[in-house]
Amino acid sequence: MPVLAEADLRLDAGPLDYALLAIYFAFVLGIGFLARRSVSSSLDFLLSGRSLPAWVTGLAFISANLGAIELLGMAANGAQYGMATVHYYWIGAIPAMVFLGLVMMPFYYGSKVRSVPEFLRRRFGKGAHLVNAISFAVAQVLIAGVNLYALAFLLNLMLGWPIPLSVVIAAVIVLTYTTLGGLSAAIYNEVLQFFVIVAALLPLTLVGLHKVGGWQGLVDKVTAGPGGSEQLSAWPATELTGIQNPVLSVIGIVFGLGFVLSFGYWTTNFAEVQRALSAKSMSAARRTPIIGAYPKALIPFVVIIPGIIAALVVPEMQALKAGDGDSGIVYNNALPALIGELLPNGMLGIAITGLLASFMAGVAANVSSFNTVFTYDLWQDYVRKDRPDEYYLRVGRLATIGGTLVAIGTAFLAAGYGNIMDYIQALFSFFNAPLFATFILAMFWKRMSAAAGWIGLVSGTLAAVAVFVLAETGVLDLPGQGASFIGAGAAFAVDIVVSVAVTMVTRPVPEERLVGLVYSLTPKESRRHSTTGEDAGWYRSPVLLGIGILALTAVLNIIFG
Amino acid sequence: MAHKAGLFDLRLVIAVLFGVYGVVLVVVGLGFTDETDLAKADGLNINLWSGVGMAALAALFGTWALLRPIVVPDEADEVRESTSGSA
Repeated sequence: MPVLAEADLRLDAGPLDYALLAIYFAFVLGIGFLARRSVSSSLDFLLSGRSLPAWVTGLAFISANLGAIELLGMAANGAQYGMATVHYYWIGAIPAMVFLGLVMMPFYYGSKVRSVPEFLRRRFGKGAHLVNAISFAVAQVLIAGVNLYALAFLLNLMLGWPIPLSVVIAAVIVLTYTTLGGLSAAIYNEVLQFFVIVAALLPLTLVGLHKVGGWQGLVDKVTAGPGGSEQLSAWPATELTGIQNPVLSVIGIVFGLGFVLSFGYWTTNFAEVQRALSAKSMSAARRTPIIGAYPKALIPFVVIIPGIIAALVVPEMQALKAGDGDSGIVYNNALPALIGELLPNGMLGIAITGLLASFMAGVAANVSSFNTVFTYDLWQDYVRKDRPDEYYLRVGRLATIGGTLVAIGTAFLAAGYGNIMDYIQALFSFFNAPLFATFILAMFWKRMSAAAGWIGLVSGTLAAVAVFVLAETGVLDLPGQGASFIGAGAAFAVDIVVSVAVTMVTRPVPEERLVGLVYSLTPKESRRHSTTGEDAGWYRSPVLLGIGILALTAVLNIIFG
Repeated sequence: MAHKAGLFDLRLVIAVLFGVYGVVLVVVGLGFTDETDLAKADGLNINLWSGVGMAALAALFGTWALLRPIVVPDEADEVRESTSGSA
């Protein structure tokens, strides 16, 4: 039975579909070769020479996150939980992205640091820096491996390619363009990928909606289905959190996902922040996450809606949703199943390309942020100081190769985990949740001491691990994503408490070292961005853009709440 | 110092890729779509319409790139950057 059902996911891709896929890969590699011409220093390679316009970095900002988790995981959540999945976007991303652009970016970009860990080194010295640089580098390589595995698994399912072969091919393509063109190649490909994904998912959504009889048809069918009308409203999302009490569920979403988990991810994850640091001016850097927030608010319509539709029109998904554990399909396959069900050759090729593009850009984002942290924060700071820049450019290229090789190894490790989403969420809550607490104290509380920096981070991470262990062993019983929300919350609270306590008994960092890093010690002028030349115009105002997207998100929440 | 930041115009790359995709899909949609293809997409000629959409996207980016070509940043930019820190 499972064998038969898996064969159903096989797409009958023809020569036309493969040709469209091949054209895309030619473009991807071409960008790598073209971008190579602009790489003449390590800063060019690892940070695009801080030269990119805001629309490019803004789209790359969300594209870097449009990887395996996003597409398959969110469509799967859509199929399983319905509209509540929008919280991952509207609560779980937009406010944090606006906060990053408006509040934190002046310190990141203004202090001219080259990475997020480097900010910690300047603020706290070695302890916090090492903890963050190492945990980030390890997490990125692990996540790159998860992305690679997810990609290979999907290729195997859809096209029948052997998993090891797919892992290696995808890794070689990513490696080629990131080693050649560095971050510029990765970012340019992320922008290209963004449009290919939309070109793949928008038609899929429209055909799907047509199939179920328009929006009203979707509403009627979901209401009549096993999930009931509850799945059409975003709140209170009791199914998603696994918290039965609706009030507590809302609190869990707002604080766990919306505040701690999402702020930790979007504001301190270097794979994201790096896109903004590569922008050409302070204004462009501040606009980067905010410009990215606009498409981010709309992406659920082409990811979650197809997931919901898949549970309505794909027979195996219907059976799974009705409670048939032997239907031979898992929620994670909602998107590929719908693609196979609805798209003819031609659009089928575009859809396959879009899925592959998304996975590869995810891997590239992991690898291109890993190599920067490895080169600047580990190698240059602790292993070989004061070498000429060509040396670090070479280290950057070698780190790219090394990181990809480790990721290939991780891809085979990841094979042991059923739910990719839970695995990555667990990783995020370990490393990311306490980070936001430390950063917010670091940027706004000048008294915070160096020891508090690293001790706070370590205890926060341990708190997240403790919650994870309790949930895994069944001491805490939360079936949905609730465990990672609570883990993130615990990490945040423990980090704050421990940091404050340690600060009270240790010496503060001398104030003259904190200029540009802490709010009260940074002159207002240097936090401001220019408003002339290419940064002129009301439509380029970060504050106005930020208010606009928050208003749009509020409206979306009211309509679909 | 030569600052080769402009490299190549990403907007043209996007325009060319979607131009190719758009033309291919329109041709397939008009000339090579049979009843089973139509039935699969619930009666919609999705290749044709997606192709038209992609061609439009290509035209948009092509026009933008032609109207506002990239100005390669020169010393003027460096000056602006260094003054914006203290201005």
